[in-house]
Amino acid sequence: MYDTPILEKPVDQKDIKFAARGVQVYYGDNHAIKDVDVDLEDKTVTAFIGPSGCGKSTFLRCLNRMNDTIDVCRVEGDIQLDGEDIYDKRVDPVQLRAKVGMVFQKPNPFPKSIYDNVAYGPRIHGLAGNKAELDEIVEKSLRRAAIWGEVKDRLDAPGTGLSGGQQQRLCIARAVATEPEVLLMDEPCSALDPIATAQVEELIDELRENYSVVIVTHSMQQAARVSQKTAFFHLGNLVEFGETSHIFTNPTDERTESYITGRIG
Amino acid sequence: MTDATFSDGGAKAQGGSLTAQDDRTRRRNRAETRFKAYGIAAICTGLFFLVVLVTSILYNGVGAFQQSFVNVSVYLDPAKLDKNGARNIEDIKKVSTFGYAPLIQNALLEEVAKNSIDTPLEKAKDMKNLLSASAAAEVRDYVIANPDMIGETVDFRLLASSRVDGYLKGRVSRESVADDKNISVEQLDLTDQFRDAGVISKSFNMAFITGSDASESRPESAGIGVSMLGSFFMMLVVLVLSLPIGVAASIYLEEFAPKNRFTDLIEVNISNLAAVPSIVFGILGLAAFIQFMHLPQSAPLVGGLVLTLMTLPTIIISTRASLKSVPPSIRDAALGVGASKMQSVFHHVLPLAMPGILTGTIIGLAQALGETAPLLLIGMVGYIATNYPDSVASGFVDPNSAIPAQIYQWATRADPAFYERAWGGIIVLLVFLLTMNIIAILLRRKFERRW
Repeated sequence: MYDTPILEKPVDQKDIKFAARGVQVYYGDNHAIKDVDVDLEDKTVTAFIGPSGCGKSTFLRCLNRMNDTIDVCRVEGDIQLDGEDIYDKRVDPVQLRAKVGMVFQKPNPFPKSIYDNVAYGPRIHGLAGNKAELDEIVEKSLRRAAIWGEVKDRLDAPGTGLSGGQQQRLCIARAVATEPEVLLMDEPCSALDPIATAQVEELIDELRENYSVVIVTHSMQQAARVSQKTAFFHLGNLVEFGETSHIFTNPTDERTESYITGRIG
Repeated sequence: MTDATFSDGGAKAQGGSLTAQDDRTRRRNRAETRFKAYGIAAICTGLFFLVVLVTSILYNGVGAFQQSFVNVSVYLDPAKLDKNGARNIEDIKKVSTFGYAPLIQNALLEEVAKNSIDTPLEKAKDMKNLLSASAAAEVRDYVIANPDMIGETVDFRLLASSRVDGYLKGRVSRESVADDKNISVEQLDLTDQFRDAGVISKSFNMAFITGSDASESRPESAGIGVSMLGSFFMMLVVLVLSLPIGVAASIYLEEFAPKNRFTDLIEVNISNLAAVPSIVFGILGLAAFIQFMHLPQSAPLVGGLVLTLMTLPTIIISTRASLKSVPPSIRDAALGVGASKMQSVFHHVLPLAMPGILTGTIIGLAQALGETAPLLLIGMVGYIATNYPDSVASGFVDPNSAIPAQIYQWATRADPAFYERAWGGIIVLLVFLLTMNIIAILLRRKFERRW
């Protein structure tokens, strides 16, 4: 580590959004994440890959403290968002989650209208002063999630009545409506068909202009397509982290190579 | 294992065709047919008992909704009712029901003459047993309300005695009155003649639904209305207390409480409380509310408190179950956009759990409505509910009875006329329960949403 010459690091280093040091996660006695150090950059798509149960989703949920809802879960170490420790006692996880939005594996729209689904976040955070502003936020978010054209005529229809791909894009619209700085996506395409997947991937690429996006995926092709940085997790360890092109073409660790060539996982 | 089964089946398949069932398939199909038959038999048994129950209740109870009345024109004799002729209300009130009874009896004698009925009964006194003991009171109430009518002849529709009523309904026969001091065979003959003349007739008995309980000697004027009101006030207390307490407790336990030994203990206790016999709650209510807190006896307020204790576990258990059934993805979604725990519960989880909560509450209320045992111990059984409460406040604290307690009381009385009223009361109770269950179903339909 000390020997690494400074010059070898990429010169166009972007701002660090999340900095994690020595993160340990325990589920009861089970040591799920072991000593993970990682820097996630702003305006970058970072992919977490690895076999099932390797801890990538767990680590993702540490970034907006969704693990707080699990009683037996214990997080140690230091995770900083813009230099502030998010596990500080003074941090309210509700405020953190407004800054760090999340899209889940299964589309989970509220059983309310499409409009209310998107407007819910802005409403509870008081982002809109009046109905016109709220309408604007809803339209902007739906446009960003590339679903506006399909739903603009039926904003009062229930969000649960949409198709799977539309539901997931609705969830993305709901997540971006609160103007988060980071968007966490936990296998957002695993329930979608290839066409919807392509739409969501395109969307992720567009979102990169405004947000830092972290995506957990089982599909290595997807990681290669959408991400700039890739982290490979195995059995709770962060095995390798670097430029996506580098990881997929020239992995340094043997385990990474085995995984991306399909020998483990 | 799978390989073996497969090759075995393959070998057999070579012998037979697909159109013929092999032994194994036939056995399986037979087992399935047998099982279906058991199920149908079970349902039929249940239906049979239900039909028997409903028929016997209706057969025995419908009589309570019909009552025999005597239609008679009574001359309100001023010489008897207002001796000094001043129409002074205080003087009129001094005349007791004993003063009125002869007037009605004379009126009946006149009916005998008018319809040229042939009967050995010639004295006014002989008519006494045809009339309810409350008939004179009815006429007196009318006169006190309308003192100007004294001296006029007024048409009255007065209650017939329970024996006459029983005779017309087939409950009393000539053989059964042989030793009965309350009515004679001649009087039954007269009843027949009066019925043919239209003086005595049966009609719908609104007084049973709206009226109050009556003493042992006047089953014909007993009604369930006042105890219905008692039940209503009790249910009000139960609803107002158990719904908020139950829902708040279950939301806290389900969504906020840390999972530790203490909350586990609470959980086990709640489940156990649901299985505690209701009479235990009754004696608890007697000790805590009446003997310790000195709340009034026989009051719907106390009854409501006791039934609240009994209903709470039911509501908590059903509320927790419906909160649990809300998919966790909805909670995640709400937390994910930055809602607080409370916002996620009140904006998303609670609306989805609403149908279950409402159903549980109404079922709990229905259970409480039909409960008799705890009321035994706080004095709501045995109290004769003869008066309507004067105001809403006294509705809660004045002694009253409840529908099931009233039914129990009637069932314990000797006169078979009360037995009929008990069945009638059960019909009223069942109508209430049915209504509540229908409301539960409708609310469930209305609030149910898919996710």
